[in-house]
Amino acid sequence: MNSTSDDTMLLTTPFHSRVSRACELNAWGSWKGYTTPKAYTDVELEYFAIRSTTGVFDLTPMNKYRITGPDAGPFLNRLVTRNVDKLGIGRVGYTVWCDDAGQVMDDGTIFHLGENDYRLCAYARATDWLFWSALGFDVNIEDETAAVAALAVQGPTSCAALTAMGLEGLADLKPFGLAEYDFEGETLMVSRTGFTGDLGYELWITPRLAETLWDRLFEAGAPYLIKPFGSDALEIARIEAGFLQAGVDFVPAEEAVRNGRTRSPFELGLDWLVDLDKPLFNGRQALLREREQGSRYRFVLLDVDGNKPAHNSFIMKGRRKVGTVTSAAWCPTAKSNVAFAQVELPHGAVGEELVAEIYYQRELHWTRVLAPCRVIEAPVFNPPRRRATPALPF
Amino acid sequence: MTDHDVVLVGGGHNGLICATYLARAGRRVTVLEAGESPGGCAATREFAPGFSVSSCAQWLNQLNPEIIRELSLEKHGLQWAARNLASVSLDAGGRHLVLQGEQLEGERLTARDRESYPSFRRRMLRYAKLLATACGTRPPKLVESNLADRLNLVKLGLGLKMLGREDMGELMRIILINMYDLMEEHFDSEQLKALLSLHGVLGSHMGPRSPNTVFGYLYHCMGEHHGYLGPAQVQGGMGALGNALAASARDAGVEIRLGTRVAGIDTRAGRVVGVTLSGGEQLRAPLVVSSADPVTTFEGLVGYRNLETGTVRRVSQIRYKSGCAKLHLALSGAPQFTGLDPSRLGQRLVIAPEMDYIERAFNAVKYQECSAEPAMDISIPSVNDPTMAPPGQHVLSAIVQFAPYAPAGGWEQHRASFTSSLLDCLEHYAPGISAQVVGAELLTPADLEARHGMKGGHWHHGELSLDQVMMMRPFPGATQYGTPVAGLYLCGAGSHPGGGVMGQAGHNAAREIIRREAAA
Repeated sequence: MNSTSDDTMLLTTPFHSRVSRACELNAWGSWKGYTTPKAYTDVELEYFAIRSTTGVFDLTPMNKYRITGPDAGPFLNRLVTRNVDKLGIGRVGYTVWCDDAGQVMDDGTIFHLGENDYRLCAYARATDWLFWSALGFDVNIEDETAAVAALAVQGPTSCAALTAMGLEGLADLKPFGLAEYDFEGETLMVSRTGFTGDLGYELWITPRLAETLWDRLFEAGAPYLIKPFGSDALEIARIEAGFLQAGVDFVPAEEAVRNGRTRSPFELGLDWLVDLDKPLFNGRQALLREREQGSRYRFVLLDVDGNKPAHNSFIMKGRRKVGTVTSAAWCPTAKSNVAFAQVELPHGAVGEELVAEIYYQRELHWTRVLAPCRVIEAPVFNPPRRRATPALPF
Repeated sequence: MTDHDVVLVGGGHNGLICATYLARAGRRVTVLEAGESPGGCAATREFAPGFSVSSCAQWLNQLNPEIIRELSLEKHGLQWAARNLASVSLDAGGRHLVLQGEQLEGERLTARDRESYPSFRRRMLRYAKLLATACGTRPPKLVESNLADRLNLVKLGLGLKMLGREDMGELMRIILINMYDLMEEHFDSEQLKALLSLHGVLGSHMGPRSPNTVFGYLYHCMGEHHGYLGPAQVQGGMGALGNALAASARDAGVEIRLGTRVAGIDTRAGRVVGVTLSGGEQLRAPLVVSSADPVTTFEGLVGYRNLETGTVRRVSQIRYKSGCAKLHLALSGAPQFTGLDPSRLGQRLVIAPEMDYIERAFNAVKYQECSAEPAMDISIPSVNDPTMAPPGQHVLSAIVQFAPYAPAGGWEQHRASFTSSLLDCLEHYAPGISAQVVGAELLTPADLEARHGMKGGHWHHGELSLDQVMMMRPFPGATQYGTPVAGLYLCGAGSHPGGGVMGQAGHNAAREIIRREAAA
């Protein structure tokens, strides 16, 4: 019933009846084969729900793989760059994984659900790579993308709204922690995770109860000004928070066709995710070599003068092109014009002054501005409420 | 503390050759061989009381003479029972075809066959010469080739160009096609077409109509380029070659431990540290060289979980399906082949009357079934070398194509019936032979795998086809004998240039290891 629709080739999520009712703009996009809203009512209002009250995002299309079996831990440790041994039960970890050339294939999160029981959330379809990686390991891999419905509930009042829905004690859940609640006789899993850089949670439940969950959430959240948001609002929030988007800020290694278009974790500023002390993981040999010989690119956050987002801009040093912008947005809360860029080393040290060559069009008239910009050290949005435990009351 | 510079896994011919060259370059090399005798597929075994046979490879037709000379194998005991043997394509009615070098005899040949063959052969030999050049050097890498690799490529390209416009065009035309079509273009005689086709499919999982078989044929012709006008037979069986290689290795200072099975190649943080034996003993060495096939090496010995996924994927995609069995018969007397002059009994006898016969034989194995009427490449070694059987009695050894690796229900259900169908098949050409049989042994692909540690029982340690040669052998990332595991090298037939008993892989690997480790 929920898996197909008559008027589109795209799949629909178990929340579709509720999502489509709320999607006043009828602005649909495709997310890995699922029809998902780009915006429900107004992108700015949706964005401000995330930052000021509570926003809800249907993230069911996120690829979800359940990994179980005696070798689940060793399997994941060989797969990803982080040390999975350090991820306790009931914890979630952000990580990337690489091919043998040390190029990032994808980023995602690992949920340590129980002993020998993990969920891997990924941007790209990973079945093929996971199965190749499973050779020699006693693991079971199940694609549970369609078997688990998921909602992101993000924003300062999210904890209050969810508590009002009946999730007692949620305020004590630490960032990247997991909790389970009974919901209509089924397990509702809640993780304190998200893609907005704000206080927020993700809810995971059987598709059968998806609509009930949505209804109960919006009912309980009404006093907290809960509002659904689409991918356009999420895009602003994640750029403000400094989060990379696979397929936008890097080309997943298995999808790249041209030589040299992929990036290593070091080139994406993700050094902190790479544990070279692990004796073996995919890409380790290549990353050791890169450490020795140097990287080609540096990922930088740029604070761009003016208020024109530096979409697709060249980054110049004097008259020389030294990089390109992968993501850009005017960030309303931080009141900054932020851009993510790949610049050629040795450029991109914090504080370096560069120039973004921005093209924009007004009424068929193209204009070019050369906007000075500088490399900043940290994302522009990183409020204490994101981490505070217990969650701050709003 | 380590008392070895190099631990070499497997004392087959390539392993011993590689070990000898390494020892001569001053390395302390220990060879670990699971079997009780050295040589691997170059082995002689008594399979019935008083009857011995070359229990895996039966002919020598590719061992590089330069290696024979450099390793002084003749000084170390290599003797020839016969050389430059003719190939006789048997005909049930006695109208056999005999091929030896450029000489063709047979009453069913047409004028066109007689006229075409010499020029066809000479052209194929020109191609084989080029192929031999490529086999003698390390293959260039797919990308990031260095100067030496580029020069090798240029040499190859030049060699191709030097063939001249016509030869080069013809090579490009035929290299990817199949023997069936090529034979149809050149010859009339089914016997001749089938005999040459068989050369293109020997040891492989292909029929005459399979692509790549022309390449297989050229590969076979390399033997002729090395001066083998026909197969040679080693005195005492192929095991004597194994012994000569071992003697040469020991003479160079190599320590050979027989009956020593390596259970695993040990790695730490992506680097090889040594090996663990089946008894639990560990040997530490900075360099480990494996002459085992790549699948056995990586899946069985290193372990997939100790490799990065990309490597695992490449290894698991290697095609190593074999279709070859060996039949050994102990005979109470000399078999009588219809119409065959007894003086020819020591030659290479072939049962492959028509190309379609081979193709039908191949059909069965595609479905994991035994060929009802298989092609056979027969040697009766006791004719040229009486030491192989009691006086007046004989040994028959045959390469049988095709037999599946895993027939439905398992080999034990099929062993007796397949053996008896092979005897029926022989009976057709040598009436009365069944009555002479006093002992018989069938080695299935699974048996060959178990005895010689060759994955799938494949002679070449992986199919020899254009997708698995040169910079693709055994897989990109492990070409040039090095592997993704630092300090681990390959020297077996699974590496460029492959081969049956050729020895080139072991020779090339040693050269590469010496060069690289000197640079390190």
